[in-house]
Amino acid sequence: MTSKNPEYDFKWCPGCGDFGVRRALETAISRRTVEMEVAPENNVIIAGIGCSGNMVHLLEGDQAYGFHGIHGRSLPIAMGAKMGNPDLNVVVVAGDGDFLGIGLEHISPQAARNLNITAIVMDNGVYGLTKGQSSPTTDLGAVTSSTPYGKTEDKLHPFKMYLSLGVSFVSSTMSSQVRQMSTIMSEAMDHPGFSIVHIQSPCTEYNNTFELLKGNVRKGIPGLAYDIPEDHDDADWDAAFDIASNDGIPLGVLYRDTTRPTLEQRIDEVSEKVKAKSVASMLDSYAI
Amino acid sequence: MKNTDFVVRFAGEGGQGVVTSADGFASANAQVGYHVQTFSTFPSQIRGGPVWTQTRISTEPIRSSGDDLDVLVAFNEYAYNEHKSEVREGGVIIFDSGTFELEGVENSFGMAFDDLARSTGNARAANMVVMGALAYLVEIDQSILEQFVTKRFTRGRPNDQEIIESNIKALTLGRIEAENSGFMIGQMADAIPPEGEQVLINGNVALSLGAMAAGIDVYVGYPISPATPILLFMENNLPGPGKFAYQSTSEIESITSIVGAAFAGKKAMTATAGPGFTLMGEGIGLAWMAEIPVVVVDVQRGGPSTGLPTKTEQSDLLTALYPGHGDMQMPVIAPGTVEECFVAGHRAFSWAERYQGPVVVLSEHMLSERNQNIPKPDLSKVNSENRSVYTGTNGYQRYDGWELSPMPIPGNPGSYVANGSEHDGMGDTTHLADRHIQMTNRRFSKLKLLEDGTYESQNTDASIVLMPWGGSKGSGLSAYEELAEEGVDLGWYYTMYLSPLPPKLLEELRTKDLVLVPELNYMGQFASVLRSQGVKAEAITQYTGLPFKVRELASRIRDRVGTQQKESVTA
Repeated sequence: MTSKNPEYDFKWCPGCGDFGVRRALETAISRRTVEMEVAPENNVIIAGIGCSGNMVHLLEGDQAYGFHGIHGRSLPIAMGAKMGNPDLNVVVVAGDGDFLGIGLEHISPQAARNLNITAIVMDNGVYGLTKGQSSPTTDLGAVTSSTPYGKTEDKLHPFKMYLSLGVSFVSSTMSSQVRQMSTIMSEAMDHPGFSIVHIQSPCTEYNNTFELLKGNVRKGIPGLAYDIPEDHDDADWDAAFDIASNDGIPLGVLYRDTTRPTLEQRIDEVSEKVKAKSVASMLDSYAI
Repeated sequence: MKNTDFVVRFAGEGGQGVVTSADGFASANAQVGYHVQTFSTFPSQIRGGPVWTQTRISTEPIRSSGDDLDVLVAFNEYAYNEHKSEVREGGVIIFDSGTFELEGVENSFGMAFDDLARSTGNARAANMVVMGALAYLVEIDQSILEQFVTKRFTRGRPNDQEIIESNIKALTLGRIEAENSGFMIGQMADAIPPEGEQVLINGNVALSLGAMAAGIDVYVGYPISPATPILLFMENNLPGPGKFAYQSTSEIESITSIVGAAFAGKKAMTATAGPGFTLMGEGIGLAWMAEIPVVVVDVQRGGPSTGLPTKTEQSDLLTALYPGHGDMQMPVIAPGTVEECFVAGHRAFSWAERYQGPVVVLSEHMLSERNQNIPKPDLSKVNSENRSVYTGTNGYQRYDGWELSPMPIPGNPGSYVANGSEHDGMGDTTHLADRHIQMTNRRFSKLKLLEDGTYESQNTDASIVLMPWGGSKGSGLSAYEELAEEGVDLGWYYTMYLSPLPPKLLEELRTKDLVLVPELNYMGQFASVLRSQGVKAEAITQYTGLPFKVRELASRIRDRVGTQQKESVTA
């Protein structure tokens, strides 16, 4: 939308991981348009507040509907949109502060409902838009603008949490791997249930972890990111939890459970037990 | 002369059948054509704690729960002590002699509620013992109650007949006790059955039915007193193709998910009480900013904070008007009767859909729990409006211009960004001053579409007028009529459309020397709203957790009118 809109003046910083995420998302959406013949306007991208939230304005190409809501509440907005019209492909884009800080309370209920949407989490381990405060995924002891003497909270482990809460599709990738990201995003959108694509998307300004993730042979930095072994059975929750418990950033799909009914399936099943009543008959039931 | 009006209060502890006695007595009498109304107040706990419920029966339509008690039914000594002062002269106290004894109290008689019930073989029939005694005191034929019992307990179960017989036996035992006591209240005049079909419902049910009549698609709510029954109604009655009724994990989830559903094209509503409404503030602001139609019901209770969860108060008006930060003002509909709750339920949807934004329905505990006979709402008179929907191609400027524009629905061409940040025509975020001016004016200009509210008025030539709002309408109108009969020169105005006020009403109010506003809060909230709009308004406040009594309200109005008239003579 930016190219059409000179008034919109928000910019991601040069080198921001979110550029890669955007490209991957554009690819995943256009793949739906081309391969699945889903009209672009059948996609809804729901964002909260933060650098990540500007994704809805910055997406080029086929124009999905967007919702730039309020901080931390993308998941319940997504639930309303999805349950309002289950034919929509609903995608949440959020940052680590938006999703795991202020929005944390909304993950557990959607996991329990298996709401059929995809959440794309851009994790840079810092609050970027407000200029560098610590976030739930900032390391313990890290010095940030809001932890001048070091962070005193343990770092949250998103994957262990997602798995424990019962999220039915848990994946991990990083912003420099555009092809892998878009492939996983497509799989997540196709997944029947609550899917999370958690992306390491470094902030060049306040928490540049590119080198830490990819490693640097010359400097003797080993690199935190590694591919999940091909023989990993993503239907095996224990194996997924083992991966999540190890050091390093796994790349790939950790867990996928396609056997659980989605929220709309659950609602349909319950609704079948109910005989639809007309308003007139409801009124009559209170007749004197 | 026969009595035309009868007020009985049942007071005891939660779980003692206090509420079922009142509801049963009301239903039975409604069936033979009396007008009935119940009012209850109880602590926020499942069992135990002081509870009381009042039933009023009349040959005329009922506006309030009644000032004085003809009969007090005391289930324990605490209840007797708390309520005895409200029994009118010549009234009777029935106490549970199985629980306590009253000695030397002339106008009282005891009977052992539970022992008598047990002797029928049905330990749960204590409320029938009480109802049997009451019917005798006012000479209501026992057959009325027997018909009611037969209807209620014919449930197609093998022991129906047994239960019916034991309940009728309990009625008879109660009647005999009353007969032996020698007390009578005086015969109740025959019912004058109201014309047309009637339904017996409370404000929460009426409001829910109104929403149903408007074609609600999605309801998401979180349990909270006194709004929980709306959630339960929706969970029971809303399921079906394309419908969604769901219990959320918080009021924040409630409001944001209905905003999402309405964005996707659905008619969506949530209901809560003060604490939940406060949590919804940011989400309501989002609906205002992104121009998304939703209905938010606040069933007021005592506040602030957790406040008085099961008492009545009208202290959320200011927060209903301004639930969030920034420049915004909510359309507010505040029903004053059970009938109006139904109207508010569907009108709120019409308003929301028409102006594409949030609408607040401000109900009250006293309406929500009030069971009352009302004429069966005529569904053919419900004009259910739908939003103007965009049907063009892509590339649409959804927020273009200074006023309302058709709304695109996801799944159809016209994609845009619904945005809680200030935005341009496409919905992209902007910080430009001109744009903020345009969009702010656009959002406020849409309120003009809602200036079709109606109002009531009487004696409009008077320079001093009475104008209650919400649930204080009933006591207010009775007080007004009492004063009018005395010859006090007072006018009457009332509307349930508090924001925006009907323009002609506001115009008239501005010409008055004094507008007296009875309201159940400390701050005089509606009076201050009226003053901010150039009306010389003054509140008559009460914050006891209970509704106004007609006599007390009339007396305060009489005094204030007197002072005003004296002042104007001196001036």
